[in-house]
Amino acid sequence: MRSKNFLSLFIFIFINIFNINYSYSIEADVFVQSTVNRASQALNNKFSKEEKIEKLKNIANETVDINGIGLYTLGSYRKIISDEQKKEYNTLFEKYFLKSFSSRLAEYSNPEIEVISKKKINDNYTIVSSKLVATEQRPEVKIDWRIYTKNPENLLIRDLIIEGLSLARTQKEEFASIIQSNNGDINALFATLKKFINNN
Amino acid sequence: MKKILIAFCVSILISLNVSADTDGENKLSKKSSGEVKDCFEKVNRATFAFNQGLDKAIFKPVAKAYRVLPSPIRNGTSNVLDNISVLVTIPNNILQGEFKKAGINAGRFVLNTTLGIVGIMDVAQHMGFPEYEKEDYGQTLGAAGIGEGCYLVIPVLGPSTVRDSVGTIANMMGGDPWYNITVANDTQYFSDVDYWGSRAGSGIDFRAKNLDSLDNLEKNSIDFYASVRSLYLQDRQKKIMNSDSITETLNDSDWEEVETQ
Repeated sequence: MRSKNFLSLFIFIFINIFNINYSYSIEADVFVQSTVNRASQALNNKFSKEEKIEKLKNIANETVDINGIGLYTLGSYRKIISDEQKKEYNTLFEKYFLKSFSSRLAEYSNPEIEVISKKKINDNYTIVSSKLVATEQRPEVKIDWRIYTKNPENLLIRDLIIEGLSLARTQKEEFASIIQSNNGDINALFATLKKFINNN
Repeated sequence: MKKILIAFCVSILISLNVSADTDGENKLSKKSSGEVKDCFEKVNRATFAFNQGLDKAIFKPVAKAYRVLPSPIRNGTSNVLDNISVLVTIPNNILQGEFKKAGINAGRFVLNTTLGIVGIMDVAQHMGFPEYEKEDYGQTLGAAGIGEGCYLVIPVLGPSTVRDSVGTIANMMGGDPWYNITVANDTQYFSDVDYWGSRAGSGIDFRAKNLDSLDNLEKNSIDFYASVRSLYLQDRQKKIMNSDSITETLNDSDWEEVETQ
């Protein structure tokens, strides 16, 4: 009887530990591979381009820290613009990002990405390394993913680093260039973003 | 006279390099000298537009046609061009104190030129040589701690910096053995056409490999000029640091300020 109780207690503890460790958190490399697999399915040629774009937008909404990337790409300007401007920027950036991201990826069909390794930088970030397998038309491409791991239950992508080139940093410098070319006027960036969003 | 002109140009470029640093938006690594200033942005943008026109009229159509060729022909061409570039990589390995790499690259060049039939086949790679990393005089100057100077867009050649332009000039002042035996000196085996043909071939090979990605970037950029500038400067930074490790080339400080969770 005593051993039966002990066994029940052991099973109870085991199940709880299992739940705590594995039910809610996910490893960064597994997260990337699962996201890539979802994107591959969305890029299957049985879907029209519009369907692909819609599916990719849904995936991005769930797996990418769009708000975080938006703040990063604003650079030093995020500290000087008003709350109202920041609100407008967040709305515009989300629309811009989803359109740009999905139309960039929709050009590819069934890209084959293999996750190779991961490296924890600190409690907030893990870099996951992967490769886009070579095809007849292009060589192999190294892709690293900056994963925001602050909340282990909700991992988010913050940057893609393709062959050592950061897309977020490129975006940040592109935005800075537009603002600087217009004498530091953030509204010029808003106008450019609106133009991009409204163009087909 | 030609040498005096080249020396004059180098002096001007070096003086610009010394006086023009900091201030720009393109912050480089923690190991870099500072920031890259786009001192001649208006002229650069005009040259960039000219280069884009040239690309659409010549390079892109040629690259598209080149890409139709069977992959063994494209790979062979790419290998030959890489093999020629080893001639510049070796002296730069030595200048950077990378004597082991210089030895490996010398071995690579001998094997690929002989057994690999002028470099068509990358025999060295099949024999287990480490992956080939190109080096040039711009990278050597960067590794020596010399700043990038202003960002430049050169007609036909594309993005560069003052420092990298000085590096390119060094090729023509005796630093590139391939240039020396084709253009600088009259030899009975090679002529100017061989050098300029190889340079054009490298450009087309690069364009063909990046046909889709550059089209995609242009289509989705709101300032294509700024995107290309950023990517060029990031790429040079990575090459100068000789690092495959992403964590070494990324500056995390700005990311750390962004809290969304």
